[in-house]
Amino acid sequence: MDYEQIEKNARRRKCLRDILLGLVLCSWAVIVLFPFYWMLLTSVKSYGSYNSEFIPRLFTLSPTLENYGSAFSQVPLGRYFLNTLVFTVITTALMLFVTVLAAFAFSRLRFRGRDLIFTAFLSLMMIPTELVVITNFVTVTDLNLRNSFLGLILPSVTSVFYIYLLKENFSQIPDELYYAAKVDGTSDFKYLWKVMIPICQPTIVTITILKVIECWNSFVWPRLITDDQNYFLVSVGIQEIRENGFGRENIPAMMAAVVVISLPLIALFLLFRKKIMAGVARGGTKG
Amino acid sequence: MEKNNPKGYLYLLPAFLFLGIFLVYPLMDVFVYSFQENYNFASQTYTGVGIYNFRYVLRDPFFLQALKNTFLLVIITVPLSTGLALLISLCLSSIEKLRDFFQTVFFLPYVTNTLAVGLVFMILFKKTPYSDGFMNLLLNAFGFASVDFLSGPYWAKMLVLCLYTVWIVMPFKILILTSALASVSQQYHNAARVDGASRGRIFWRITLPMISPSLFYLVITGFIGAFKAYSDAVALFGIDLNAAGMNTIVGFVYDMLYGRSGGYPSYASAAAVILFAIVLTITCINLLVSKKHVHYI
Repeated sequence: MDYEQIEKNARRRKCLRDILLGLVLCSWAVIVLFPFYWMLLTSVKSYGSYNSEFIPRLFTLSPTLENYGSAFSQVPLGRYFLNTLVFTVITTALMLFVTVLAAFAFSRLRFRGRDLIFTAFLSLMMIPTELVVITNFVTVTDLNLRNSFLGLILPSVTSVFYIYLLKENFSQIPDELYYAAKVDGTSDFKYLWKVMIPICQPTIVTITILKVIECWNSFVWPRLITDDQNYFLVSVGIQEIRENGFGRENIPAMMAAVVVISLPLIALFLLFRKKIMAGVARGGTKG
Repeated sequence: MEKNNPKGYLYLLPAFLFLGIFLVYPLMDVFVYSFQENYNFASQTYTGVGIYNFRYVLRDPFFLQALKNTFLLVIITVPLSTGLALLISLCLSSIEKLRDFFQTVFFLPYVTNTLAVGLVFMILFKKTPYSDGFMNLLLNAFGFASVDFLSGPYWAKMLVLCLYTVWIVMPFKILILTSALASVSQQYHNAARVDGASRGRIFWRITLPMISPSLFYLVITGFIGAFKAYSDAVALFGIDLNAAGMNTIVGFVYDMLYGRSGGYPSYASAAAVILFAIVLTITCINLLVSKKHVHYI
C-alpha cells in the first residue's frame, strides 16, 4: 500500500465523520428550534386560515398581527406580565439583600458557631421544595396572604445555594484588603458595599440572572397561592388561557400569548449568553 | 481580629428568618402532618397519631397510577437524555466552526417557560376534528396511521410526556458534558494515539473515565428531577392530570392539597414523605454504585 492511498483513505474517513457529526448536530438543532418556529408561525396565522388547514402548512403567505392584539385585549395578558415583573423584581432584590448579608457574615466575620451554622445551611440544600410547600401553603393561608404579592414573594426568596456560591467568591478576597480598610477606619458595612460587592460583581450578576429565570418560570407556588386573575403570574396565566381563555380553540391567539411570554427570557439569554451558561454550569438545576 | 463578633448574627438574621419560617419549620411540620390522622383543615384538629395517612395514600388508585407514571418517566427519560446528551456533546467537542452557534441553540429550551412551550408541544401532537396535527402528518408521510397522542392510548400519552421531558432537560446535560469534555486534557489523547489506540478505545478508556464524575452528577440530578416531574405534564395534559391518567407523584401531592380534590394536607404530606423516601433511596443506591465506577482525580 502506498502512502498516497493511505492518506486518501484517511481523508475520506474524516470527511464521512464530519458529515455524520454535522447530521447529528443539525438534526438536534432542528428538533430544538422547530417548536419555536411553530409557535411563531401559528401566532401569525389568522384564526380562519389556521382552522381551515386540515393539513397544517409549514409557512404562511399572509401573516397577520391580529392575534397579538387579541392576546392583550381578550385576556389580561398585560396584567399577568406586570404581576410577573413586580414579583420577579421584588423577589430578586430581596434574595440579593439576604444572600449578600449572609455570605458576608460567613466569609468575613468571626463569631461563635460560624462553621457549624454554615454546615447546617449547606445541609438545607438537600431539602426538596415539594416537602415544604405543604406547610408553606397552610402558613400563607392562615396569614390570609393568599392572592397577595406578599404571599407569592416571601416563600420564594431564599436560596441557600446562592449564599454558598457568593460566600465562596467572597472568601477569595485577600484579608489584607480588609485589614487595610479597618486601619483606615472603614466600617464593616462600608467595606462590604465599597470593596466586596464591586469585586464580586460577576458572581452577583450571575445569581441575579439565575434568580430572574427561576422567578419568571415559577409555576407551582403561584398556582397554589393564587386563584384571583389579578394576581396571576405568566405561567399560571398561560395555563388559565389554555383552560378557559379565547373561547374554545383559538390556538393562534394562544400561540401569540406564548410568544409574548417567551420573548423576555430569550432576549435576556441572547444578551447575557456567556454569563448565563457559565452560571448554570456552576449551579443550575433543571432536569 | 476579634474572636467573637456578635454583629455576625445580625447579618445572618434575614437569612435565618426566611429559612426558618419557610424551610426548616415546614420541613419538621410536614412529618407531623403526615402522622396526624383525620386532620381537619378548617378547625385544625385531628383525632389521633398513626400511619393511617400512609396506608390510605398507598391504597389510593390515583397514587398508584402516579407512581407508575413517574417510575416509567424516570426509567425512560434519564438514560435516554443522558445518552443523547453525551452523543451530542461528543459531536460538539469535535467541531470548531459553528460550535458557539450550536451551543447557543441547544441551550434555548433552558430559558423557556415550561408551561408556555408545553402548549406548543400540545398543538404539535394534538388531534382535533379539523386537523390531525403536525406529528400525525409526519407519521402519515412515513405510512403510519394517525394516533390520538393526547387523549388516546396510554403509551402515546407517555411517549409525548417523555419526549417533552427529554427536550426540556437536554440543555443542562449538554452544557455540563461539553464543559467536562473540554476539561479533559488533550495530552492523554495524544499519548494514546501515539501508542496506536483506536478511537473507540480512547473513548472507553480515557474520555469516559475522565468525565465520569460529571456523568454521574447528571444521572443523580436527572433521577431527582424526573421524580419531581409535574409542570411538563400539566402543560401537555391540563391541570386535571388524574382525569388524563397522567398524574405524577408531585402532581398527586398538589392535587391533595389544593384544587378540585384538595383540602387534605395530611394525605399530601404522606405522599410527599413517600416521594422523599424514594428519592433518598435511589440517590443512596446511585452513590453506592458510583463508588465502584466513578473516577475522581
